[in-house]
Amino acid sequence: MSLSASAFESLEMKEVGRRFGGRDALVDLNLTIRAGEFIALLGPSGCGKSTALNCLAGLIPLTYGEILIDGQRIDLLPSEKRDFGMVFQNYALFPHLTVEKNIGFGLQMRNLPKDEIFRRVAEGLALVKLEEHAKKLPGQLSGGQQQRVAIARAVVLEPRLVLMDEPLSNLDAKLRLEMRAEIRRLHQSLGLTTVYVTHDQEEALSLADRLVVLREGRVQQIGTPEELHNSPVNWHVADFMGYRNLIDVQVESISGKLARVTGGGLSLNATLVQPATTGDAVRLAIRPSDLLVGSSATSTEANNKFDALVNVVEYHGREFSIGVTTTMGHNLFVQAEVAPAPGEKVTLSVDPARALLYHSELEAMSSEQRELAEVRG
Amino acid sequence: MTATTVTSSRAKSSASLSHRLAERGISARLLLLVPALVFAIGLFVYPFLYGLGLTFQPLPATQAQWGGGLFANYLAFFRDAFTFDSVWITMRLALPVALFNVLISIPIAFKLRNKFRGKRTLQALLVLPITLGTVLTAQGLLIFAGRQGWLNRFLIDSGIIDQPLQLVNNYLGVMFSLIISGFPFAYLLISSYLSGIDPSLEAAARTLGANWKQRFLRVTLPLLAPGIATTFILTFVLAFSVFPSARLVGDASGETRVLALMAYRSFAEQLDYAMASTIAIMMGMVELIVVAIVLLGRSLLYKGSTGGKG
Repeated sequence: MSLSASAFESLEMKEVGRRFGGRDALVDLNLTIRAGEFIALLGPSGCGKSTALNCLAGLIPLTYGEILIDGQRIDLLPSEKRDFGMVFQNYALFPHLTVEKNIGFGLQMRNLPKDEIFRRVAEGLALVKLEEHAKKLPGQLSGGQQQRVAIARAVVLEPRLVLMDEPLSNLDAKLRLEMRAEIRRLHQSLGLTTVYVTHDQEEALSLADRLVVLREGRVQQIGTPEELHNSPVNWHVADFMGYRNLIDVQVESISGKLARVTGGGLSLNATLVQPATTGDAVRLAIRPSDLLVGSSATSTEANNKFDALVNVVEYHGREFSIGVTTTMGHNLFVQAEVAPAPGEKVTLSVDPARALLYHSELEAMSSEQRELAEVRG
Repeated sequence: MTATTVTSSRAKSSASLSHRLAERGISARLLLLVPALVFAIGLFVYPFLYGLGLTFQPLPATQAQWGGGLFANYLAFFRDAFTFDSVWITMRLALPVALFNVLISIPIAFKLRNKFRGKRTLQALLVLPITLGTVLTAQGLLIFAGRQGWLNRFLIDSGIIDQPLQLVNNYLGVMFSLIISGFPFAYLLISSYLSGIDPSLEAAARTLGANWKQRFLRVTLPLLAPGIATTFILTFVLAFSVFPSARLVGDASGETRVLALMAYRSFAEQLDYAMASTIAIMMGMVELIVVAIVLLGRSLLYKGSTGGKG
C-alpha cells in the first residue's frame, strides 16, 4: 500500500472559539493532536462539535483563537490550501461524476500527471473495495458504498488530517458496524491523523484514541476511552458515557472517598468524584449494568440496596433491559440476565465504588482542571 | 401441462377486472381529466388546427403573386424578403436578450444565495418588474430614456453629451424593455435551480483543493446546466414572441419589425387571415427549432438529482 499520510508533528488548537449571531457555538477549545492520532469529538447535537470540525476544515472562519501545525498558523489559510481531507455526513459526492472521477477530483485539482492520478485512484478504489463500481454514478450505489467513495476521495490525497463529520449516521445499524471496522482498519493501515465527530458514544469509544466531550460549546473532558468510560469528570459526561441513572440526593456523611447519601427514598453508599461536604446536594450516577437485581448481589453490595417495582422488560438478546420505579417514583434502568415479570417487586443493589457522586451544577471547567485534562490526555 | 395452465389462469383471475385495470392506470379517476381536456381541445388544439388549416387556404392574390397552389402562403413567407427578414430581426432581438438575462441571473442568484440583511427587499425589487406589464414598462422607458427624458436631460445639462442619446424607438428600446420584463423570470428560475444544489458539494470541492473557479466550472456549472438550458428556452420564447414593446418603444417598420408585428399587420391591415396564420405557424416553427437545439445540447449533460443524499 503506497498510500500514506503526509506527516506533521502536532496540530494545536488554541483558545478556538466561534460565535454565531451573538451566541457562542464554541468556546475556548484547546486541543493538541499528535500525528497518527484518532480524536473523536463527542457530544449531543448543538454542542459545537461540528462547528469545531468546520473551523478546522476552514469552511467557517474562527471568531477567536488560532490553529497551528508545527507552530505555523493555518487558520487564516483558505480551506482549499489546508490539505485536509473531509468526509461529510451526507457524503457530498459529486452526482454528475463517476465513482473514479469523484475519487480523482482532488488529485486533478492538484494538477498531478495523468498516470499518477490513474494509479492513485485505482489504489483508492482497491482500498475501499469498489473496483467493480468505478464507472458508476454515485446515485447507483448504496449508502454504504457512497460513504466508502467519500472516504476514498478524502484519503487518496494523502491528507495531513482527515476530518469526518458523523460519517455513519445515515447508515443502518448493521452497515454502521461494518463501516466502523472499515474506518478503524483504514486508520490503522494508513496511519492517518483523524478527527471524527459523532454523537454516538459507543462509536467514539470504539474508534478513538482520545475523546473530547463537548457541551454547549465548551469542553467537558478530554481523555482516553478508558478514562472517560470509567471516571467521567462531571455528571454530564457520565450521562453521556452510559450512566443513564441520575438521581438527585443529599450527602449525609462522608468517610474518605465514600459518602452516605439519601434522597428519593434511597439511602446508599457512593463514591465522591468531586469534593463535597455534608449536607450538599449532589447527583448520583449509576450505570444500568452496575445495578444488580436481587440474589446476584455479593457481600460488598449487600448493604447497599433498595427496592423498586418493575415497569418494562426489554429483550436485548444476551440480557434484558429493565425499567423500574423506586418507591419515591424515580424511573431507573437496570440490566439483568434474568427477566423479572412486570409489576414484580425487586431488590436492587450497587457496589459503592460504581455509584458516582457529582455536583448538581455544571460549572465551566476551571483552568487548572483543563490543564490537568490536557496533561492527562 | 394442463395443471400449470389452470393454476396460472387462477392466479390471474384472483383480482377483479376493475382492480387489474386500475393497476394499469385505468380507473374512474381518469374522469377528472375531462375538464382539462375540454379546455385544452377547445382553447388550444381546435384553434391551432383551424389556423393551420387557414394557412393552406391562401387568398387568390397571394396565389397569383407567388404561385404554389395550396402552399402559396409558405412560398410567400420564404420568398418575400420583407416577411422573411423579420425572422432575423426577431432572432437578433430574442437571442441576445435571452442570453443576457440568463448570464446576468447566474452571478446575481449566486450572490443572493447567502443570507444577509435586506436580502428579501432586494429580491422583491428584482422580481417586481413581473407585476408591471409591458405597457407600463414601455411608458416608463419613454419617460426615462426618451429624447426629452430624464436621463438625456441630465446628461446634457451636466455637459457629458451634446446630442440626446437615441435609446428608445429603436432596437435598444425594445431590448431594454425585454430585459426588464424577462430578467425576473430568468432570475427566479436560476435561483430555484441553484437552491437545489447541495451546498455541501461545494464545501467538499473546497476541502479537495478546488479554488472558486474550479468549483464553479467543475461542480456547480455542470449541475446547473440543465436549469440554465430551461431558463434560456423560457426567456427566449418570451422574447421571441415580443409584440407590444416592439411597437411602443421600438421602430415598428424598421429595426424591430418582429414576426408578431408582421402577423398582426397581415391580419389587421391587409385582412389576410391566411398569411397571418402562416406567419404565426412559422414563428412557432422557429421557436421549436431553437428549443430543439437547446434540448439536444441539454440531453448530453448530467440530468440526475443534484442533491447527493439526504
